[in-house]
Amino acid sequence: MKLVNINKDNFNNYYYLGVFLIFLSIFDVFLNSFFLINVTSFLPGFLSFILPLVIGFVGLYFIRVEHSGIKNLDIINKNINTNNFNAILTLLIIFTIIKSLPTFLNWFIIDATIVGDSKEACTGTGACWTYIKIWLRRFVYGMYPNAEQWRINLSFISLTALGLVGFFATEKYKKYLTLYYVVIYPFISFLFIYFFISGGRIFFDFSYGIIAAAVSIILGFLIPNKFKLYYFLIVPITLYILLKYVFFFEEYIELGMIEGLVWVETGAWGGLSLTFIISFFCLIFCFPIGMALALGRRSDFPLIRYICIGFIEFWRGVPLITVLFMSSVMFPMFLPQDVYVDKLVRCIIAISLFEAAYVAEVIRGGLQALPRGQYDAAKSLGMGYWKMHIFVILPQALKLVIPGIANTFLALVKDTPLIFVVGLLEIVGMLNLAKTNPEWLGFAMEGYVFAAIIFWIICYAMSKYSYNLEIKYKTER
Amino acid sequence: MSNPIIQIKDVNKWFGDFQVLKNINLEVEKNKKIVVCGPSGSGKSTLIRCINRLEEHQEGQIVVDGNELSENTKNIEQIRAEVGMVFQQFNLFPHLSILDNCTLAPIWVKQMPKKDAEELAMQHLEKVQISDQAFKYPGQLSGGQQQRCAIARALCMEPKIMLFDEPTSALDPEMIKEVLDAMVNLAKAGMTMIVVTHEMGFAKEVADEVIFMDEGMIVERAETKEFFANPKSDRTKLFLSQIL
Repeated sequence: MKLVNINKDNFNNYYYLGVFLIFLSIFDVFLNSFFLINVTSFLPGFLSFILPLVIGFVGLYFIRVEHSGIKNLDIINKNINTNNFNAILTLLIIFTIIKSLPTFLNWFIIDATIVGDSKEACTGTGACWTYIKIWLRRFVYGMYPNAEQWRINLSFISLTALGLVGFFATEKYKKYLTLYYVVIYPFISFLFIYFFISGGRIFFDFSYGIIAAAVSIILGFLIPNKFKLYYFLIVPITLYILLKYVFFFEEYIELGMIEGLVWVETGAWGGLSLTFIISFFCLIFCFPIGMALALGRRSDFPLIRYICIGFIEFWRGVPLITVLFMSSVMFPMFLPQDVYVDKLVRCIIAISLFEAAYVAEVIRGGLQALPRGQYDAAKSLGMGYWKMHIFVILPQALKLVIPGIANTFLALVKDTPLIFVVGLLEIVGMLNLAKTNPEWLGFAMEGYVFAAIIFWIICYAMSKYSYNLEIKYKTER
Repeated sequence: MSNPIIQIKDVNKWFGDFQVLKNINLEVEKNKKIVVCGPSGSGKSTLIRCINRLEEHQEGQIVVDGNELSENTKNIEQIRAEVGMVFQQFNLFPHLSILDNCTLAPIWVKQMPKKDAEELAMQHLEKVQISDQAFKYPGQLSGGQQQRCAIARALCMEPKIMLFDEPTSALDPEMIKEVLDAMVNLAKAGMTMIVVTHEMGFAKEVADEVIFMDEGMIVERAETKEFFANPKSDRTKLFLSQIL
């Protein structure tokens, strides 16, 4: 049954009427939700409520012409206006968005407060961003002393800069990039975090290392190529030993001539910076461990295979929170009395092993997806187990499982708040702490929205990056 | 009598309870071209996969170029490097370009300098006439081109023996010829070849001997002309009448 016959010839008349009706309906809802004006208040309640839907529906019905020749109209019809049911769905979605926008905007921006520096500034009904502003330092740096926070900033800026080296490397140095990112970069990061952020006297070991490396690199330009290898094997280490044991300027601290970096114990680290530190190291460690486990699980040697299966199934079978708890409570019991492993280190080990089991299963999926012919071909060319896996099998398998690995990594980042069970407070932990501060009761909502936004940015960046990798390594077709 | 490069003695092999190879005896001399034919499931592929130990035989003895293949063989990779193999499904490495496919093994297995390996690869790609595709990826090539690349890849290891496992069975008819041409050229250059194929034209043109296998046994082995002119066994006659 067709009420009006709309076809290609006469659609022009209906088209303008249809567009007009649609805008009318949207305008009505808009007035209603933004300015609380009910234009159709003279009608009975229910009718007034449903009227925009009816008008919009009729409008959409009028503009629904196949192959009208107007490009945008065709796109709309094809995507959101294919039949009556879809037309109603479209309208409902548009109305819901318009209806919910004002509430959201009011809370988020219009009624929100950001000025002032105490709870009293927040008088409006909206969000109290003052709270975030005041606590921002704590959310980012945790309990790290204010005066020392430049160390975290400097470390993170340097590490970001060093991490971007890959983008600027010329063809000549491209082949060293893998080595750089797999071995050198994590090592440098470790040095920065262990010596620089941690500080204390131990920092001097770090500074000796830096001085030794810098001096020997500068001198290295003067050395002929023939002796460079020996030079770099011997000189930096010698310099380091000289600095440490001959010049030792640690003594100057005691004499009061130089001020050392203040020791900040890991318990005081926290907030977003701790999230980054933990995620970074866990990502770095869990990947190779997972890869080894995946290969081990497919090994021909029963002993290795069963150890790997047992390991994977154990870690996959226990909740992360219990693992962390055990790492802090049970693990020290097995250690000798005078051995102390730092809380943060224990956490990183626990999370790495836990996630490694997941990564292993993801990678195993990729290994199993490869056709047997690839193994045959590699073997027939005379490659042994390691060459075959490094050059033929793993590159293909890892490429296949990029989405799966990204998935696991995202889960890892979002699991980091669980370290609160051992008393380490990263960003969510700091929120929970701030929330219970008697000065600032009642702002949990703002805190969680803030944390959600931060986590979303981190995770979205990671997922975008993984998607880019997928495209970059796509060589089939 | 010259020393055979491949010696297979009383080889038996089972897949579970099913015996795929029964008492295989075969000797191949250097520079000989052998074509192995027979119905599917007769164990032809298994036989040549045993020669570079992609499959393990359970009984008997296989000696390749003076090295016996057994569980204790330490230098199996070295032996495989001397035995090139071409597969039915090409099995090129899809994540590497054609050139890299060819240079991978020479560089990492034979420790050849990269420059030399690339030169060698280009020579072999030239021979199979796909040197213009060297920087493409396998996925961008036709089946015939991929198979010729696979031949070039195997040749880059400069093997003493080449094994072909139904190299044309997965190809469109019009692409079969280009692959066979490459194989004929190779045969004329004097390579020792064992070819499992159904292409009887190819067998007639290049093979020195033809082996007919059925149900895991070598039913008949004869000089090429003899094989096609007057086959002895009834099973061979039946097979030839069906395939020709």
